[in-house]
Amino acid sequence: MTRLKADSRHAVRFSLNGKPVEGEAEPRMLLSDFLRHQLGATGTHVGCEHGVCGACTVVVDGMLTRSCLTLAAQVDGCELRTVEGLAPSADRLGVLQQAFRRNHALQCGFCTAGILVSLDRYLAKNPAPTEAEIRDLLSGHICRCTGYTPIIKAALEAAAELTSAKKETSDA
Amino acid sequence: MKPPAFDYLRAETVSDVLEGLAQQGGDARVLAGGQSLMAMLNMRLAKPKLLIDIMRIQELRRIERKGEAVVIGAGVRQADLLAWPELSEALPLVALALPWVGHMQTRSRGTICGSLAHADPSAEMPLALVALGGEVFLRNARRRRRVAAKDFFAGMMLTARADDELIEGISLPVANGSRVAFREVARRHGDFAIVACAAMKTPTGVRLAVGGVADVPTARDWPHLEGSALDDALNAFAYELGARDDVHATARYRRDLVRMIGRDLIGEVLQ
Repeated sequence: MTRLKADSRHAVRFSLNGKPVEGEAEPRMLLSDFLRHQLGATGTHVGCEHGVCGACTVVVDGMLTRSCLTLAAQVDGCELRTVEGLAPSADRLGVLQQAFRRNHALQCGFCTAGILVSLDRYLAKNPAPTEAEIRDLLSGHICRCTGYTPIIKAALEAAAELTSAKKETSDA
Repeated sequence: MKPPAFDYLRAETVSDVLEGLAQQGGDARVLAGGQSLMAMLNMRLAKPKLLIDIMRIQELRRIERKGEAVVIGAGVRQADLLAWPELSEALPLVALALPWVGHMQTRSRGTICGSLAHADPSAEMPLALVALGGEVFLRNARRRRRVAAKDFFAGMMLTARADDELIEGISLPVANGSRVAFREVARRHGDFAIVACAAMKTPTGVRLAVGGVADVPTARDWPHLEGSALDDALNAFAYELGARDDVHATARYRRDLVRMIGRDLIGEVLQ
């Protein structure tokens, strides 16, 4: 049993997109703030801070997670993946990101980080989703620019591309 | 907003939790998936001095079939239960209602028992617990007790849990092939229900449970009723629930939904 005192800072360590990271947090510090302010990982955006808008969605130990509804202290020792982990390298976009770009699936970009993380995780588990399934997943995000249609198109296009890429590799 | 300051206790065993609750009483809150409590903290609707995180306690993470009941521990996430292979056979009503709880991104973290502890009148899990006539297992440092679903919810966001008690788990009766039905009306899928209804066939007739209207989810049993007798019974029930106007819907609309959905679902389960 570990008891962290309210008025002092405590070490928090976890793996962020495959790299070990470390910082200090009071028990009340939200994971979203820890990522942005302590680690400088500002790819994760903060919208509503009560779990409704989905902008701050990250992956913790394989689970889609609202980082604004999670304390930094809760993820000590966990494996995290954020939007910064999606691109294969600094100068290349991933398949899903390219599909977003082609389809104009973002405008202001505020909600995009969370949506990309949700879709990336979902497509990894469900490689051939229906439009209805994508819509269901997107019900956990709010986008005020696009009207969602281009996002759905981009997601379905990326799913098809990822599946055919996998097939080619396995045929070879 | 940001949460107020609190101590954070990472419990390794149930006795850690009970000890923390005994010491801090009403100033302690149990943190499981955090999908309701963290929002309450961020909005400062809750200001505990101590948060007790129970998610590293392995014994609370179990889903177990015990004879004619399924026992679900306090640490079982909604997504864990949805992925349980026996769900649609053992708990078909829960299988229908669970996809309506929040969104995929919140079900992955939120727990079944956390939703019950939060006791939002329009939430689906409290409705399922009442519809099925389940039990809640409460425990403090001195004793354990079981509370029937209908006695557990005491009002809007109020339960029979004492300040020093942990909801250790719940028990839900296995369906045994009886027909069930569920329907919900909300602004968007995943939003809180304006009205949610669950119906099931019982040995003596039919049961309808309604969430989102009264302060607590409410169930009513009837013998086999048909035609205008059923309409009258549903109408009386809809009024007894004491619907109120709010920003989402009028009281009249809620009563309409209870009558219409109630009639449809009862038709479905008695078919």
